Amino acid sequence: MAATGKKVMVTVRRAPHGSIYVQESVEVMFIFATYDMDLSVVFLDDGVLALQKGQDTKGLGIKGFMASLGALVDWEVTNVYVDRQSLKDRNIAEDAIISIGKDDDTDAPIRPKVLDSAEIAKMMAAQHAIASF
Amino acid sequence: MLHTVNKSPFQNSSLEDCLRVAQKGDVILLLEDGVYAASAGTAKSSLIEKVVKQNAVYAIEADLKARGLGNLIKDVGIASYGDFVDLVEKHTAHAWL
Repeated sequence: MAATGKKVMVTVRRAPHGSIYVQESVEVMFIFATYDMDLSVVFLDDGVLALQKGQDTKGLGIKGFMASLGALVDWEVTNVYVDRQSLKDRNIAEDAIISIGKDDDTDAPIRPKVLDSAEIAKMMAAQHAIASF
Repeated sequence: MLHTVNKSPFQNSSLEDCLRVAQKGDVILLLEDGVYAASAGTAKSSLIEKVVKQNAVYAIEADLKARGLGNLIKDVGIASYGDFVDLVEKHTAHAWL
C-alpha cells in the first residue's frame, strides 16, 4: 500500500506477560507496518522489560511474543527505540536487550536504539498520532 | 500471614504498601509482574534487600522464567506452583493487587 505520509508512534510502557498490553502493542505494530506508515516504536518505563533476553513463557502456558519482536525488521519496522534511564533503573545492560532482526548484508543483530528521554520527547512531538500501551 | 504481590514495583506502590503492613515473620510471595521486585541491581532492589533480612521472600519460578530474570537478590527463594499451594494452606493470605 502507498505510504500515507503520516507519522505514527507506538509507545510501550507496561511489563510483558502480566497483562495483555504488550501483546496488543505488538499486533498494532504489525498493523501499522502493513499500512506502510512512517512508524516509530518506543519502549520506556516497564515497557523495556519486554526487551529482556531469555524470556521463556512455557511455564505460564502461553506462547508469548518474543518471536514477533525478533522479526520486526523483516516487517520493515526499523525505527525502534528504548529509553536509556528505564533500562538503567531495571539493571538491564544496553547491549543485553533482544535483537529485532538481522542486517541483510552482515547478518549482525539489529537492536532497538537507546535514546535519552529528551530525544524521545522530541520524536513524540513530531508525530501525527501516538498509540500508547 | 502470607502476602502476595503481583504488580511491578516500578508501576505502582503495591509492594511498598505491602511492606509497610507486613510484620516480622510474615511470608512475602512475589508472582506475575511482582517478580521484577526480586531482580538485583535495580532502582527498586532495596525494598526486597531490606525485607529479606527478617521475612521469607519467594518468587514464582514460572514467572521468573517467562520474564528472563536470573540475577536475583540474595536469599530470595524460588517457589513452584506446588509451593504456592502449600503456603496458602499454611497461612492466611492477603493479595496486594
